[in-house]
Amino acid sequence: MTAIRRNGLGLLAWLTGIVFFLPIAWMALTSFHSEADAATNPPSFAASLTLDGYREFFGSGGGPSPWPALVNSTVASVVSTLCVLLLALPAAYALSIRPVKKWTDVLFFFLSTKMLPAVAGLLPIYLFARNAGMLDNIWLLVVLYTSMNLPIAVWMMQSFLAEVPVAVIEAARVDGARLPTILARVVAPIALPGIAATALICFIFSWNELLFARVLTGVVAETAPVFLTGFITSQGLFLAKVCAASLVISLPVLAAGFAAQDKLVQGLSLGAVK
Amino acid sequence: MTATTTAPYAAAPARTSKQPSARLRAWATRAPLLPALVFMIAVTQLPFVATLVISFFDWNALYPKARHFTGLDNYHQVLTDAGLRHSVWTTVLLTVGVVLASLVLGLALALLLDRRFRGRGLVRTLLIAPFLVVPVAAALLWKHVLYNPEYGLLNGLLHYVGGPQPDWISHTPLLAVEASLVWQWTPFMMLILLAGLQSRDQQQIEAARVDGASDWQIFRHLTLPHLRRYLELGALLGSIYIVQNFDAVFTITSGGLGTANLPYTVYQSFYQAHENGLASAAGVLVVIGSIVIATFALRVVSSLFREEVSRA
Repeated sequence: MTAIRRNGLGLLAWLTGIVFFLPIAWMALTSFHSEADAATNPPSFAASLTLDGYREFFGSGGGPSPWPALVNSTVASVVSTLCVLLLALPAAYALSIRPVKKWTDVLFFFLSTKMLPAVAGLLPIYLFARNAGMLDNIWLLVVLYTSMNLPIAVWMMQSFLAEVPVAVIEAARVDGARLPTILARVVAPIALPGIAATALICFIFSWNELLFARVLTGVVAETAPVFLTGFITSQGLFLAKVCAASLVISLPVLAAGFAAQDKLVQGLSLGAVK
Repeated sequence: MTATTTAPYAAAPARTSKQPSARLRAWATRAPLLPALVFMIAVTQLPFVATLVISFFDWNALYPKARHFTGLDNYHQVLTDAGLRHSVWTTVLLTVGVVLASLVLGLALALLLDRRFRGRGLVRTLLIAPFLVVPVAAALLWKHVLYNPEYGLLNGLLHYVGGPQPDWISHTPLLAVEASLVWQWTPFMMLILLAGLQSRDQQQIEAARVDGASDWQIFRHLTLPHLRRYLELGALLGSIYIVQNFDAVFTITSGGLGTANLPYTVYQSFYQAHENGLASAAGVLVVIGSIVIATFALRVVSSLFREEVSRA
């Protein structure tokens, strides 16, 4: 292959990367512009920078404060992720290190629940929540997000725990190590990076979720994506504020996603691709 | 298969010694699994059964006393109502369009990123970023910052070349929604296909090259057959996620201009029109559609999975 062609393809890869990233870069730049500079045609690339968009978003202009929504999203995502780990770790153990009979069938049952569209269960869950007085309650979302992410987590953890060699576990057992010691000293060091990636992916999915949050929460328990839906209709000059809001609310996901980059495919493909 | 091979193994000691302890041990093995299993059945399967039951009732939440059993009437209504039929069609168009476009783009990007060049890691990171924007935020970004006819970036860039200044969302509403989803889902496809490319047998490719095979022949006869299952997996998982898409439709067009897909219609018919029975019937139809896709998806995942297990 000629050097020109190789360089050309490298250049093409760079160009597509930049084109895909451009909307995000533009969003970031616009968030630092004043509202007047943000809404010009042709676009003002070199306008002076200001933090006004961020100040507006955090409620200095008299709008609703995003903090309650950010706190709600954090609670729903972090607590549901912890619940997922608590339920998925023992389950993955019983599907890999000490497998039950027909463990593949069980694994595929978990996967099949992920293929049931969430919207199909929405109405009964709404009716249940209304009758139980659980509407606009963040803990209901914690339960639902746990069920949403549990199958993914079980699949991922199963594949991570299966990487722990059985021979090493047997050797530790022969040496008289008990189960807690084996888990802490043998299994954890090998499986920990995978478990961390699983947690980050569950966090992302919970943080992003809109449909359930939109239907089941109101003013008290609204999450960050629901807060963002307040920007759906135009409100005069508000581009800088929208960009600041979108960026701030996406930051945790961007951070978690880049941290889990190497295991992202495995999580998204439900463990089918390594 | 696993049952026949493991059954005599497990039964042999049980018959000779004490049976209760073997049963106890089996339950001890199963115990760690049970909380997760019971939780999943309670939270995901029971509501669906309830949806199925409700779908056979004529039930408007505003007139709860008039609730009565109607058999398949709701399904008849969903399938004959022009608006609802349109939303079935929209769902198909949206899903197929987004999945195909992002799969083709994702394949092209995966092929570009599979070769070495300076800054490959950085380009990969740039390309993943769109997938890591909160879906509502991404939809807002497209709606207000890119598509806005007066000051959006698209028309701003067109302005430089003296191009037209279209109102993107009004003129091509479904395409506008699709473009934003393709932007978000192309990285997903790229990641899966890149993993597929990197699991190719390099020796086989070298051997083919030594035998004088051209790049195209290697791609056509070695790479593509190897990628087939990764393409299937990407298409099926993408379909499962995009069939359920609510965020983009809700944010960019609010279901207007003929872009309401089934999830949006289900949401609207019970949240705004309070038609519980109809919403449930539409929900059951989404499930039937998903089951068709899911059956294929499960088959692909299980074939990849068996390969992994047998390799280990």
